[in-house]
Amino acid sequence: MTLDALNISIAWPEIFLLSMACLLLVVDVFLDQKQRNASYLIAQFSLLATAFITWTNMAGIRLEGFNGTFVVDPLADVLKIFICLVVALVFVYSRDYLKDRNVFKGEFYVLGLFGVLGMMVMVSSNHMLTLYMGLELLSLSLYAMVAFNRESGRSAEAAMKYFVLGAIASGMLLYGISIIYGITGSLHIPEIASSLAKQSEMNIGLVFGLVFLVVGLAFKLGAVPFHMWIPDVYHGAPTTVTSYIASAPKIAGFAIIIRVLVEALGSLQSDWQGMLIILAVLSLGVGNVIAIAQTNLKRMLAYSTISHVGFILLGLLAGTKAGYSSAMFYILVYSLMTLGGFGVILLLARAGFEAEELEDFKGLNQRSSWFAFMMLIFMFSMAGVPPTVGFWAKLSVLSAVIDVDMLWLALIGVFFSIIGVFYYLRVIKLMYFDEPTSDEPLDNTLEMQIALSFNGVIILLLGVYPGALMSLCFSVFS
Amino acid sequence: MFADWPLLSLLVWTPIIGGLVVLLAGDHGGAQGAKRLALIFSIATFLLSIPLFTEFDRTTSAMQFVELYPWISSFNINYHFGVDGISMPLVILTTFITVIVVIAAWEVIKVKPSQYMAAFLIMEGLMIAVFSALDAIFFYVFWEGMLIPMFIIIGIWGGPRRVYATIKFFIYTFIGSVFMLVAMIYMYYQSGSFDILSMHTLKLTMNEQFWIFIAFLMAFAVKVPMWPVHTWLPDAHVEAPTGGSVILAAIMLKIGGYGFIRFSLPITPDASHMLDWLVIFMSLTAVVYIGFVALVQNDMKKLVAYSSISHMGFVTLGLFVVFMIWENPANSDLSGATLAVEGAMIQMISHGFISAAMFLAIGVLYDRMHSRNISDYGGVVNTMPKFVGFAVFFAMANVGLPGTSGFVGEFMVILASFKANFWFAFLAALTLIIGAAYTLWMVKRVFYGDIANDNVAKLNDLSNREFLIMSLLAIAVLILGLWPAPVIDVMHASVDNLLHHIAVSKL
Repeated sequence: MTLDALNISIAWPEIFLLSMACLLLVVDVFLDQKQRNASYLIAQFSLLATAFITWTNMAGIRLEGFNGTFVVDPLADVLKIFICLVVALVFVYSRDYLKDRNVFKGEFYVLGLFGVLGMMVMVSSNHMLTLYMGLELLSLSLYAMVAFNRESGRSAEAAMKYFVLGAIASGMLLYGISIIYGITGSLHIPEIASSLAKQSEMNIGLVFGLVFLVVGLAFKLGAVPFHMWIPDVYHGAPTTVTSYIASAPKIAGFAIIIRVLVEALGSLQSDWQGMLIILAVLSLGVGNVIAIAQTNLKRMLAYSTISHVGFILLGLLAGTKAGYSSAMFYILVYSLMTLGGFGVILLLARAGFEAEELEDFKGLNQRSSWFAFMMLIFMFSMAGVPPTVGFWAKLSVLSAVIDVDMLWLALIGVFFSIIGVFYYLRVIKLMYFDEPTSDEPLDNTLEMQIALSFNGVIILLLGVYPGALMSLCFSVFS
Repeated sequence: MFADWPLLSLLVWTPIIGGLVVLLAGDHGGAQGAKRLALIFSIATFLLSIPLFTEFDRTTSAMQFVELYPWISSFNINYHFGVDGISMPLVILTTFITVIVVIAAWEVIKVKPSQYMAAFLIMEGLMIAVFSALDAIFFYVFWEGMLIPMFIIIGIWGGPRRVYATIKFFIYTFIGSVFMLVAMIYMYYQSGSFDILSMHTLKLTMNEQFWIFIAFLMAFAVKVPMWPVHTWLPDAHVEAPTGGSVILAAIMLKIGGYGFIRFSLPITPDASHMLDWLVIFMSLTAVVYIGFVALVQNDMKKLVAYSSISHMGFVTLGLFVVFMIWENPANSDLSGATLAVEGAMIQMISHGFISAAMFLAIGVLYDRMHSRNISDYGGVVNTMPKFVGFAVFFAMANVGLPGTSGFVGEFMVILASFKANFWFAFLAALTLIIGAAYTLWMVKRVFYGDIANDNVAKLNDLSNREFLIMSLLAIAVLILGLWPAPVIDVMHASVDNLLHHIAVSKL
């Protein structure tokens, strides 16, 4: 084994982030509670610097390292930068919330950074075990984060559910990986692909393995019928953690679907396409219909996430470059708008008050017309109404599906998005048309207000000019 | 001098940016600040729209004032504006009515006036963009975006059942339009472009045309609105504030009619031909049946809302009767069809003025009495003579009295229908009786007779502001009624071109 084959330099961002997370772990021990802001700043610096290093190291070509187990390509670079920035935004939104609840601790940031590291490894994996390792690093960080507020019984319950179901999903995934290994004799993604390409006849064992893989991935992504954990975990976790779970890990989940289904098992496309169709249609239907019945905004957003996952799967199952890039565009946009939605919940929350019931949003326009407007943008964007960017995300997915002559799927997609409009409109109705039940002023830090406004304005600006991000997503897959 | 100006961009963005300025200025600088700003922006937009009329080349059917820039290269979507004789009058109608709406709200809106004004200005920009967009997705963005300010307007400033009405309005229109989006994407993969004009020349099989026509019909029929998908309109009108009703009736409904002209007819001429009986049936039902429905209303706004549906029936009748005119062996030339389409266009513009005036007149009464029930009124003429003068004039225009603009459009459409089928014309002409019945009966019960109660006795006549907006609309109705030639001149070349285009089968 030579050092050349290791090609360590392609993993600089991960190495840097790991060092910073360890550094934070040590530094945090020596800080007393008044100096805790230092941990926050170190965490933010680590994320931004990691994003910057990834950006400066962008080669625009595919590079392998660590004996082929690790890969850096444009897809990985773009997704890593987005993951870092999204999590940085989550941390900005979180600080007040954590302070108000006396859980402003360094561990939150350490776990958060390790989660990001896990996601970056997932995104860059070129080997089934690398992928599994990244996934577990992320999942373990998330289990701990969900239970972060140890005073809360609801959080503990959610963490337990998440852990049990997450472990089952990991088991499924691992089982699928081992079947694939048995048939192809390799865990290395390009080798799996080339070995499968040589097999001319249908192998029932292969489909068996594929089913387990798809089930495992669907669990992690939260597609119906493997969605049961999503509402409970979103509801039970502290809102900061919910905003973390709902945004960045979905981007990483998208990446492993690309790595596993497209890069490794691309030749089985006709098999997994049918499975994804079932998952997508069920997710669209169940997500949108059940969301109507929710009175808790976090649960409502959980079901809305499920329906968005349905749309992302629509893009993926098209199985074309346009389909993958539309799914990627959708997931990036989704992470921004869902983050904004949770950001507004965090904005309204204060010590002893969670602001997570729909009723708590009554009359927001009279309390703060600017942030009511921001929430309006997020809601219309999720509903897919132009001129917000959510419309372009839906448009690109629909057009990818229509392009492969699956018009009926596109019609199902728009049909359920009509149903979806209703519950997003209800939030706007509460904010704009109802009288406020509380006149508590919004006392948030300037940092939070700026970040949230930035988040909303980005959604609007991307809606006016989505071209750049769209072509970025296209260029990644060509 | 305006030849090199990007006039349409200015027309779209001036009010939108103005709306944002008004929104950001807020209500802090006194209640008048936001209103003055809004008035300045709306008048500026109106002035900017005048060169569209004066510089318009009446001899060509080509798009004018065209602006074309690439917007989203991945999907070949362009920033593409341009107007022809069909859309240009509607743009000017929009800018004119918005000025009226801003003035009409002057003393009436007490809650968050800056948001109210901003919503109307932004909506103006979006509506102008809908009329002048020449790229299908570009069109769709504005078409859907328009729902947002209207949703807010009805929901915040509306009446007691505003939430029900506004959600119904939003979902109804949203359902209609998403299927249109799917049709547009489908055609994109056939033609490689979202350009509307290239969709016009796209070859489509009968089956494709049928489904695309249905998708467009869902979108536009809801917007017009046509029977039986009209039920959102009376609710929305009754609950909307006066300004909202005016914009809804005067402009938003026209967008549906415009959609038929710009999309359905030229893109799917064979399907339009095949299904013209359906649209004509729906139109005549609207004219006759909805007319009877209007007759029994107790609420003035609801009555005018149903009368709007009935009048819009003439628009769709005029547009789709052309195929039957051609089929009728008694006609040798295109002139009957031209009459029908131009009549439909004139009817749209005229209804824009008249319905706006009717809703404003009801608004004038509502501001004083806080009631729209016909039974709460009676003998208003004794206390408000100036107002009743205007109101009766507009009521006569609504009935279609010769000399007013209401007469011109209806007469042209009825005349053209004769060339297709006597019974179409007969049923359409019934409106002259039914319309007179419901309008004049309301006039009699509300305005004439003895003073009904103390509240009516205490009414004050029109303020100068109200007098101004009423006179502006009255002048518009009279001019269009007495001398419609300039407007017909403007649209003639485009209508001719449209008819030549749809006369040729795409199969």
